[in-house]
Amino acid sequence: MIYADNAATTKMSGAAANAMTACMQDTWGNPSSLYSLGQRAKEALEDARERIAACIGASPKEITFTSGGSEADNQAIRSAAQLGARKGKRHIISTAFEHHAVLHTLKRLEGEGFEVELLPVGALGTVTAQQVSEAIREDTALVTIMYANNEIGSVLPVSEIGAVCRERGVIFHTDAVQAAGHLPIDVRAQNIDLLSLSAHKFHGPKGIGALYARQGVPLTNLIEGGAQERGKRAGTENVPAIAGMAAALEESCSHMAENAARVSALRDKLVSGLSRIPRSALNGDPVNRLPGNVNFCFEGIEGESLLLLLDDRGICASSGSACTSGSLDPSHVLLSIGRPHEVAHGSLRLSLCEENTEADIDAILKAVPEIVTYLRNMSPLWKDKVSGKRAFVL
Amino acid sequence: MALYSEKVMDHFRNPRNVGVIEDADGVGEVGNAVCGDIMKIYLKIEDGIVSDVKFETFGCGSAIASSSMATELIKGKPLSKVLQLTNKAVAEALDGLPAHKLHCSVLAEEAIRAAVKDYYDRQRIAYDPKDFPDCGSCEGCHG
Repeated sequence: MIYADNAATTKMSGAAANAMTACMQDTWGNPSSLYSLGQRAKEALEDARERIAACIGASPKEITFTSGGSEADNQAIRSAAQLGARKGKRHIISTAFEHHAVLHTLKRLEGEGFEVELLPVGALGTVTAQQVSEAIREDTALVTIMYANNEIGSVLPVSEIGAVCRERGVIFHTDAVQAAGHLPIDVRAQNIDLLSLSAHKFHGPKGIGALYARQGVPLTNLIEGGAQERGKRAGTENVPAIAGMAAALEESCSHMAENAARVSALRDKLVSGLSRIPRSALNGDPVNRLPGNVNFCFEGIEGESLLLLLDDRGICASSGSACTSGSLDPSHVLLSIGRPHEVAHGSLRLSLCEENTEADIDAILKAVPEIVTYLRNMSPLWKDKVSGKRAFVL
Repeated sequence: MALYSEKVMDHFRNPRNVGVIEDADGVGEVGNAVCGDIMKIYLKIEDGIVSDVKFETFGCGSAIASSSMATELIKGKPLSKVLQLTNKAVAEALDGLPAHKLHCSVLAEEAIRAAVKDYYDRQRIAYDPKDFPDCGSCEGCHG
């Protein structure tokens, strides 16, 4: 099997699995309990918090554990909105291609009287600090812009955006789910006030994430109950998952540069190979790009068929077609960069990690062109384009 | 459970009757590129019987499988029977389709109807327009 869907989830690392198992077997007490079994769990929890904080340049008390990236995004945005509303600020700036955890939360807030401004991301799929600066108003409560896009891999100028927000006194949240463990993060140097993390995107377990909130940025609870997480997120902490998350993030961060160099070389080989397919186009920023992300549109075919045939050859990938999204429209990310519906249906995302090999890339580069040709040969849309009855888009 | 039945995967992986009939007696095309699926059916008719049928499809796995199964179901059948083919019969022959993929079987039924209508039009054979409701926009499936 060739796993090339690391943006969807990653395989747990040995270090993460070992940390979890040890915690489940030995440190399984409730961290809120007084006796030593509980206190040992509390130590494991706080140890993990310190190590995760260190990986992103935060202090431990600025880390709140959540059920994952989506919860962290929800809580970050709701907290900043509430804070703004108390000061009469109800304007929120974001981008058109955020994750749904962000966009759907913003939609809710619109219904509650907030004004949401989604910045266009252009053909490359990015925004500039200048765009953000121009959009900021007196009543702007929050700027929420992702660190890197999960579908097309664009890495956004988060440091520059952070600087603008800090200068203008606006809270800045970034969804760093795709970036953490893969790109350097320093919340102080980058002027980030709120940041979302998800463990399973960097070889940690699923169902656990974290929200960094700069000291002085109060959080609003999404979950009420006990006093866990300094009262900001009720519920007994998932200590094994948290320990696994810390082990995974530490491991990813300590090998970040070498992994990025290796993975981006594989990525570039894949991009140049797939570019040879006629009427294809790379999606996302070709330069400022996640090390493992490859995303292409192929004209005249539909993505789900492509994925099924890749699966038959043992290759795991994903697509932004409507058929794979479970909705009727293709990916909002591909539409946001101006890809027409018919081309967005024919997209393919391959997301690599350090475990992928040159042989994997060779196998993908053999499979994809063959399958695209096969599907085009039975596509009336493609034939109409070749015969000139319809115009090519790419 | 897998997304698709083994029947769907079989017809997707080994689609029957893919291709073009250059001298077709009737051709029907439905769907559109914006929705992400287009089906085109070619019919050869001899003595009121479908003597040959081919299809071309742009679409997902279930669209290709539905086209393949639908062509199998009408091959060798008299047109009176062909017009009785329902999307339900196509879906059932495939051992079912996921709810959000049922429109693929609807497209297959409509593509075949469109091809028969084209044949009737070319031959100037009278028919009841009620048998060929206009598919219209994609709102029927995608609304």
